[in-house]
Amino acid sequence: MPMPGTAKRHKQLEISRQIVLPWKKSAEMAYNSLRIRFFRSLITTFSLVLAIAFLSYTLTNTAIAGELYSLYGNLALPLLTLDGYVFDKAEAVIKAGPKDIWLIVLSLLVCTVGIVNAQLMSVTERFREIGIMKCLGALDRIIVRLFLIEALILGIMGAGCGGMLGMLAAWVGSIVHFDTLDCSKIHLLPLFTQVLLAWGIGIGLSVLGVLYPAILAAKLQPVIVMKEEY
Amino acid sequence: MEIHHIIRVVGVTKSFTLGKLPVQVLRGVDLSVATGEYLSIMGPSGSGKSTLFNIVGGLDKPTSGRVFIDEVDISQLDAYELAWLRNRKIGYIFQTFNLIPVMTALENVTLPMIFAGMNSDHAVAKGRGLLDQVGLGERFQHKPSELSGGQQQRVAIARALANDPAIILADEPTGNLDSSTGEEIIALLQKMSRERAVTIISATHDFKMLSVSDRVVWILDGRIDKIEAREELNISLGTIQERHAAPHP
Repeated sequence: MPMPGTAKRHKQLEISRQIVLPWKKSAEMAYNSLRIRFFRSLITTFSLVLAIAFLSYTLTNTAIAGELYSLYGNLALPLLTLDGYVFDKAEAVIKAGPKDIWLIVLSLLVCTVGIVNAQLMSVTERFREIGIMKCLGALDRIIVRLFLIEALILGIMGAGCGGMLGMLAAWVGSIVHFDTLDCSKIHLLPLFTQVLLAWGIGIGLSVLGVLYPAILAAKLQPVIVMKEEY
Repeated sequence: MEIHHIIRVVGVTKSFTLGKLPVQVLRGVDLSVATGEYLSIMGPSGSGKSTLFNIVGGLDKPTSGRVFIDEVDISQLDAYELAWLRNRKIGYIFQTFNLIPVMTALENVTLPMIFAGMNSDHAVAKGRGLLDQVGLGERFQHKPSELSGGQQQRVAIARALANDPAIILADEPTGNLDSSTGEEIIALLQKMSRERAVTIISATHDFKMLSVSDRVVWILDGRIDKIEAREELNISLGTIQERHAAPHP
């Protein structure tokens, strides 16, 4: 006899209330899992740091060029155009040249592939653990949640470090490169906006990279997950 | 007195497709298990023993047929209900122990209780108690990698008992252990089943497990070859070794 829809939903609610993992406990477990797998997490984080540093470097470089033009006007223009930046006469702003656009696209590609791959690997290594948790009664979304929190922690730390690192490199690079101009007057706010952008992209990609394999693994029958040798 | 059957398997078949070839692993199995019974499923590898075992435990779904646990057809359950079943009704023990490597013995044991919504202090107290009972009271802070195979299996037994399940499914629990450790684990399982009136079903080809079983189900080529009660077993035990050694057709 088919159960009426509402009763079914009610029953589901009842059960999902019985199978629980409080947020605090989830965060604790995710943190512990990262801490205990410190070196493995470090490698995953490192690929995040490098990829985001590259992205942040290219983004902030363009921002620095814009800042230099607004500070020094035509004095900076020959230097900037020599570096491949394009001067838009109509709007009177410095824009990224084809080389820089290419670099930004490339660094975005590196980010996506690098981060998604690193996260995919780190989840795939733990398919067995996912199977065990399912045998112990974990709901699919509890498993996905644990991995998401881990990815979020890694993303915030890794992409944050990477973003700052990239900006620092771009800034120091500019001081050395544009030695005829006084770079210390550059407003830092537009640079930090770019870092923030890179940071956000890093966190997003980190979560995205984990989401797909985690959902996949959580949906599988536990016996399949546990039989496979990963 | 009417016997209460905690598990009923009715006309279960299971087929896989191996590449393009359909392979029928189970060809219609009927089986009833009484509450509190210690049942062993014996059979050569490839007989469908593990598949039957997984289906009974709600880890795998049958192609056709029904499995009732406490008169509930588990093939009709959705993901939530199945999770609840695995959490509360069934405890699993595996050949490869399957403890979570990054957690301590105690954390492994308390995990199912936390999923069940028990508060941390209560779960820790109960987990310590269970580890005491399996003889690992002192080693609760150790990681699985710091424990021997036998000790890991003891942790797994404690974990299986965490939410006071009605059924314990043990898949070759002695398969990765030397014979004396295996005997200890068998004795522990038997003790737990008696003290707690838990139904134990184990898939095995370890003959030591037969003497503690109430019944032994022999699986051959996806069908139940025969079911023997312990009394019959004692008589035929002498010939089992011979039969096992003889090549199967």
